[in-house]
Amino acid sequence: MMEATVLPFVEGLLGSLWPTVKPVWPLIWTLLKIVLLLVPLLLSIAYLTFWERKVIGWMQVRIGPNRVGPWGLLQPIADGLKLFLKEVIFPTAADKKLFVLGPVMAIAPALAAWAVIPFAPGWVLANVDAGVLYLLAISSVGVYGIIVAGWASNSKYPFFGAMRASAQMISYEVSMGLGLITVLMVSSSLNLTEIVSAQDKGLFAGMGVGFLSWNWLPLLPMFAVYLISGVAETNRAPFDVVEGESEIVAGHMVEYSGMSFAMFFLAEYANMILISAMVSVFFLGGWLSPVGFLPDGFHWMAAKMAAILFFFLWIRATFPRYRYDQIMRLGWKVFVPLTLVWILVVGVWMMSPLNIWK
Amino acid sequence: MEFKTILFYLFSAVAVVAALRVITARNPVHAALFLVLAFFNVAALWMLLQAEFLALALIMVYVGAVMVLFLFVVMMLDINIERLRQGFWNNLPLGGLVGLLMVGEMAVVLSGRYFGLANLPPQNLPANYSNTKELARLLYTDYAYPFEIASVILLVAIIAAVMLTLRRRKDNKAMHSSDQIAVKAKDRMRLVKMAPEVELPAAAAKEGE
Repeated sequence: MMEATVLPFVEGLLGSLWPTVKPVWPLIWTLLKIVLLLVPLLLSIAYLTFWERKVIGWMQVRIGPNRVGPWGLLQPIADGLKLFLKEVIFPTAADKKLFVLGPVMAIAPALAAWAVIPFAPGWVLANVDAGVLYLLAISSVGVYGIIVAGWASNSKYPFFGAMRASAQMISYEVSMGLGLITVLMVSSSLNLTEIVSAQDKGLFAGMGVGFLSWNWLPLLPMFAVYLISGVAETNRAPFDVVEGESEIVAGHMVEYSGMSFAMFFLAEYANMILISAMVSVFFLGGWLSPVGFLPDGFHWMAAKMAAILFFFLWIRATFPRYRYDQIMRLGWKVFVPLTLVWILVVGVWMMSPLNIWK
Repeated sequence: MEFKTILFYLFSAVAVVAALRVITARNPVHAALFLVLAFFNVAALWMLLQAEFLALALIMVYVGAVMVLFLFVVMMLDINIERLRQGFWNNLPLGGLVGLLMVGEMAVVLSGRYFGLANLPPQNLPANYSNTKELARLLYTDYAYPFEIASVILLVAIIAAVMLTLRRRKDNKAMHSSDQIAVKAKDRMRLVKMAPEVELPAAAAKEGE
């Protein structure tokens, strides 16, 4: 879509050089699109950390960061610079290669998953048919970063963190995947763009109150399961036993410093934003406008993602940390049976005359 | 040479090297991670064959779940590598024989004359061809019963594995978390109404002065 407007401009700019550039143009264009996606993403990660500190500060009747720049707005830049300039320390007992590989394996899937997320019609890096499968596959790889880091540190607390992470993330992947199956059933597609446009149909969408025909309402239990599992999958409070300060200091990140530590941080926040994007696409109608008289567009997607991110911060400031066995109980004994039953309910519903997804 | 061909050689080279390292790496954790790398490259090869469902399912199931549990176990073992290497030469003839057999079988499959690979239709799939949909159509229509039976067998295996290893010790004092969660505040705590101020007895009041 955008390529058609950019291409003549580039051709004019390069003039006689164009024939030499032409064979590699698709590569350049794809790299440009990746940069266009990643730069705003990294900026939003930086400012999400700032917003988190501000919001939690206000909730706890504090001011939050307010010293660096106007209203403290340059705080994330200062933090990033500090982490960038600090020394990366390798523990002598660590497995050096895997110690370096750990943060890389944490951040690579967190960034790679964004390739299939659509932000508006046509605003997607790769509009593939198996988009949901790709998301599930890539997000299931994210746990390796934590496991490898925990093992390679060759130290006790990181190892505990890795053990906890592998059990917790696998458990919640199950309920996330099963919750997603109902979404796939009602939208009968694995393509994320089509999942969004499937939510634009229905009785309420015709009446101009589109937000009632989004997936969250008919699949309300799955919406709740998916959102809570998303919090557990990103190891955020109240499910942050992987890096629970009061128990195991910082889990897998204990031995990391400087930029290698920052990469875990970036991965965690990128995953948070990714989960919020996935929830908006699967359950909240992506870029669709909630009411008929307002235009659809990227702003709606951004607003929904911001609301879900606020939810992440809100529950972090509100709830105490779960006990580990209760996390496992919630995942396996509550969420998995609930999703299995709801798959059956939706299946029967779709076969009955009351089917609303025709 | 097509770009796809370059990709094929790249992925297969990495897959072969990674597979070799799985059996030659001294550290079992490294070996498991090399196996993950091999899985990834095989998935990429399947992707080149336009089998995107299989490729993504391989990553999801094997890399995302099976290998994580594998690593979970391998990381906790304290493996003595020297002891593992004992008896290598004794087992070599048998291992070599099995290896040769497998190579022979692969050669039969790959040469393909016996399976009639040459008679397969050429792969000219339309752009909107969905691998996932075709697979689902076969699984849920033609092969519905075998598919269901396979899943029931797997379920039986899960339940059997749990039942075989499940044992309740009599002296186990673990709490049930469902009981703990069901507790209400009034079960544990009694609120007593009291007057906010209590008059001190006369003697104590005098002592305080």
